[in-house]
Amino acid sequence: MLNYIAQRAALAIAVAFTVSLAAFVLLNIATDPAYAIAGEDADPEVVEQIRQRFGLDRPIWVRYGEWLMNVLRGDFGVSYYWNKPVSALVAERVGTTLTLAFAALFVTIAIAIPLGALAALNRNTWIDRFALWVAVSAQAIPNFWLGLILIILLAVTFPIFPVSGDATWRHFVLPAFVLGASSVPPVMRLMRTGLIEVMGSDYIRTARSKGFRGRSLLTRHALRNALLPVVSVLAVQLGHKVGGSVITESVFAINGLGRLALQSILGADIPTVQMLIFIFALVFVAMNLLADILNAALDPRIRIG
Amino acid sequence: MSERLQTSAPEVRAEAEQDLPPSPGQLARTRAWSHRGFQVGVAILVALILVAILAPYLAPHSPYQQSLPNRLLPPVWVEGGNWTYPLGTDGVGRDYLSRLIYGTRVSIIIGLGAATVGMFIGVTLGVLAGYFGGWIDHACSFILTAQLALPGLLLAMALVFFIGPSLYVVIGIIGVLGWTYFMVVTRSATQHIKGLDYVAAARASGATPRQIIWHEIMPNLSSKIIVIFTFEVGVAILAESALSFLGVGIQAPTPSWGLMIAEGKDAMFFRPWLVVLPGILLFILVIGANLMGDGLRDITSPEEKS
Repeated sequence: MLNYIAQRAALAIAVAFTVSLAAFVLLNIATDPAYAIAGEDADPEVVEQIRQRFGLDRPIWVRYGEWLMNVLRGDFGVSYYWNKPVSALVAERVGTTLTLAFAALFVTIAIAIPLGALAALNRNTWIDRFALWVAVSAQAIPNFWLGLILIILLAVTFPIFPVSGDATWRHFVLPAFVLGASSVPPVMRLMRTGLIEVMGSDYIRTARSKGFRGRSLLTRHALRNALLPVVSVLAVQLGHKVGGSVITESVFAINGLGRLALQSILGADIPTVQMLIFIFALVFVAMNLLADILNAALDPRIRIG
Repeated sequence: MSERLQTSAPEVRAEAEQDLPPSPGQLARTRAWSHRGFQVGVAILVALILVAILAPYLAPHSPYQQSLPNRLLPPVWVEGGNWTYPLGTDGVGRDYLSRLIYGTRVSIIIGLGAATVGMFIGVTLGVLAGYFGGWIDHACSFILTAQLALPGLLLAMALVFFIGPSLYVVIGIIGVLGWTYFMVVTRSATQHIKGLDYVAAARASGATPRQIIWHEIMPNLSSKIIVIFTFEVGVAILAESALSFLGVGIQAPTPSWGLMIAEGKDAMFFRPWLVVLPGILLFILVIGANLMGDGLRDITSPEEKS
């Protein structure tokens, strides 16, 4: 088991740094960082000075090496745009994004798991078709548009929730719903197929023959096994939520990492963008690692085989 | 028996065909005709593609013509609307219906273009990894894992904005970041097909890897690739709308639905149709692609139907 975890962890770290290298190279090809600092219409002489002062005249692999060493020492660089250490910017906002991500995950669980279970238990009835319809629709709705429509309906026409901001828990209700809705289709489908499979298995037939019926059959025997794969997918989805926060936070004007990312892009603030891509990738690989570990802990065939 | 011998050849053939089980193609056609989701999806896509092609003939006005006296007119069903501008006008007096019609073009071009770019990358990597295995498989799979870990939307926003937003940049970036599904599926399908007897037969008769890939494997991947392509069109359309909405995708004055939602956002409390209409069209177009993809999967490989 430990061996398995060590292997997965090593791969995760390798992936995270590959991502940071790819992002560093791509961002530096996409734009000239010296121009990004100086502004598009800057005097070439000024640009040249900036290039030298920030060390941007050195080859890209030297600069990546420097970035990497700094990150490993805990120095996340300084934002060009905000004139602050990137670590301070991130620290101010990370709590907000995590709150949003976990609230969204809660929404996903609250909708997708009961809906998937109901669909599986009432296969080929209107409930099943309704659940499928929800999944198909949720996949096709533009996330940001759903946010705007909810603002129009539930913040303006019926002023139940605040329009935007992140001051109280009420501010998080609509954004969490929007962000959570995007994960409903995969989780719901997995719950449905998982439970259908479990309900058709031998041990459920055995349990039935022993007299288990209805609720106790479901909670004591079926759900427990159907939920196993769902748990690890939820971990992966939590990683997606942090990445998906970019749109939701922009729509609802929530000052988290996602909005910081958009503002840094619009401000051509490459060190902040680079660091945020790295952080989002780290969260993603960490969540996948967690999913792998959960899978292995719950299913011995994986860690042994 | 003698009567039987005297029947002419075409009749015999017709009789023989009646006895044969239907061919896979016939089965697929039968399933297609009875698959309602597929029919709805195809109908939506065909209709919207026609709108995109015929935009100059359908649009009552130019999508770019501004008319300041006629700015922010409501649609006909709201008080103050008139039939000259059936869906009203936007903040600088451009006809909203015409912009919505031309917006179909932007979405469909980006959807098809980005899915094509993604298909080339994903299928290439998937077939190489699946066919050759070994270190090539490990390398391609590592690229896949890294790509999955990239925050796609964030990187797409940064790259499109830094390179300079244009239609081709948006298509290229969304395509380059959207190939993973193609690779995952073609890789495992190639691994499966590679072990089948007819591939062994081709190899035994001296076919080179290139011939095997092109003549034995690719034809059998095509139905899977078309299914994924259909889904990826929808994904790319949503990605473009998000980029354009955030201001880092298609730029004004091009009529992109995502951009139109962003432009209408400031006035949405009093003129909600500015936000509602482009969003509904996005939803219809993407659901059309998804229904068609679901349908194609059910039709071409019914054993995977859930």
